[in-house]
Amino acid sequence: MKPLDHSRIPDASGSSAPIISVAGLSKTYASGFQALRRIDLEIRRGEIFALLGPNGAGKTTLISIICGIVNPSTGTVTADGHDIIRDYRPARTKIGLVPQELTTDAFETVWATVNFSRGLFGKPANPAYIESILKDLSLWEKKDTKIMALSGGMKRRVMIAKALSHEPNILFLDEPTAGVDVELRRDMWNMVRKLRENGVTIILTTHYIEEAEEMADRIGVINKGEIVLVEDKHVLMQKLGKKQLTLHLQSPLTALPSGLQSESLQLSPDGTELVYTFDTQSDETGIATLLRRLNEHGIDFKDLRTSESSLEDIFVSLVRGRS
Amino acid sequence: MNIYGIKAIYLFEMERTWRTLMQSIASPVLSTSLYFIVFGSAIGSRMANIDGVSYGAFIVPGLIMLSLLTESISNASFGIYMPKFTGTIYEILSAPISAVETVIGYVGAAATKSVIIGTIILVTARLFVDFSIQHPVWMVAFLLLTAITFSLFGFIIGVWADSFQKLQVIPLMIVTPLAFLGGSFYSINMLPPFWQKIALLNPVVYLVSGFRWSFYGVSDVDVGISLGMTFLFMLICLAAVWWIFRTGYKIKA
Repeated sequence: MKPLDHSRIPDASGSSAPIISVAGLSKTYASGFQALRRIDLEIRRGEIFALLGPNGAGKTTLISIICGIVNPSTGTVTADGHDIIRDYRPARTKIGLVPQELTTDAFETVWATVNFSRGLFGKPANPAYIESILKDLSLWEKKDTKIMALSGGMKRRVMIAKALSHEPNILFLDEPTAGVDVELRRDMWNMVRKLRENGVTIILTTHYIEEAEEMADRIGVINKGEIVLVEDKHVLMQKLGKKQLTLHLQSPLTALPSGLQSESLQLSPDGTELVYTFDTQSDETGIATLLRRLNEHGIDFKDLRTSESSLEDIFVSLVRGRS
Repeated sequence: MNIYGIKAIYLFEMERTWRTLMQSIASPVLSTSLYFIVFGSAIGSRMANIDGVSYGAFIVPGLIMLSLLTESISNASFGIYMPKFTGTIYEILSAPISAVETVIGYVGAAATKSVIIGTIILVTARLFVDFSIQHPVWMVAFLLLTAITFSLFGFIIGVWADSFQKLQVIPLMIVTPLAFLGGSFYSINMLPPFWQKIALLNPVVYLVSGFRWSFYGVSDVDVGISLGMTFLFMLICLAAVWWIFRTGYKIKA
């Protein structure tokens, strides 16, 4: 897993104004369910922003409001400086959406449906451009196939092609890799990277946290309709990340010697491993002390490794902490 | 104005028409031909002329209206119901297209289709009976006005319906009876005086009467009133559509 090079994030306009600005956004559905509670969020131009949250946290509602599918109860949203309600035409022209559900027509051909989308978004026909999208998404051979004859993965590609058909500079991907095979997932992330290089801002939601960890520049966590945290991915990992030192023991222990007992030191159930958890932020990790004391107790180890907690661990602890 | 958007919806809907050519055009033509054979030739040959028009010719405008009404409603209601049903409406809602433009696309396509069917039935009718059209301009005007009005009405039904059953219930339970009782097959002057008054509450009476006037110059009700009532019904439908998009009724949470 290669870390992203942050110096390459393009800033097409040269301005630092956010491309999407959400202020005081709330949504209460007719059923009385409050899906969003006063959300404030800014998406930076040209970034890949990952929105994480458990099922029912409000991710799709938030995206649906920004894209014009759901009416907000209170609050405002601007997309590239245009209010999404007062100024909906320029705002929506900038936005492409790949929704979570595979909702496509059945009897249309791939070519017809993608061209339909482009027209719907007010753009004159451009067969050469549509051809290039279909080729990028490995759909070109299927262009005359009816959508109902396509596999789920192919349908997903069609939905992406539709979302890109009007050349948006903001792209929403709502759970784009749910139920998608490895190959398509890889293609999709290559495409996302390519889009970002061309200055497209990408906002995605995902359940595969490792994807957010790999792809995103910044991460927002939403839970119960509230933004819990928005942070640069690396800062987040550093700030909340814990490291673990695992020692493989020469000979198994039945219990920790009383002198070594501490909250941060755990013996594995089979007694062959000691796991020491420490905070990367503190100056004193305590590793030296631990090793010295192990030595004092005559505990030898044959190997050791350290591991960083993943975004998933961080996410789980955040969401659990709030609920 | 998002002209490309209107065009995209319109062509998408027309594409559906061509794709389902057999059921969209062949079946109304077939059923109308049956009406002509049964009512026009078999029964009509034993009927007296009505207002100086032979019975076979008399029912031509009514039959065209009958198809125009049912086709307009079913085309338009199906056109907007399907994206709601499959979920593809997300794309319409997220597109930079206004409510007016969306309605022009859907209703325009539905009305176009029913005008095509109306014209085909008119031509088919000519094979069975002899008739003349005294006011062709008014005939076209009534044809278009009715197609647009009832396509709007169909659009409303399509938005309102949340199941295939509901999609069928209004055309079946309300529109078909109104159309049959609207004087397609008889002059309402043939009814007893009391039922004549009741019949005047039926909007279809004005459509059929006005349309028949454009053929033969005779009508049950004054042609101006016919035109006025058709416009009134169109305004009611337009107001309902405006309200639907204003409130997001059943299309936008």
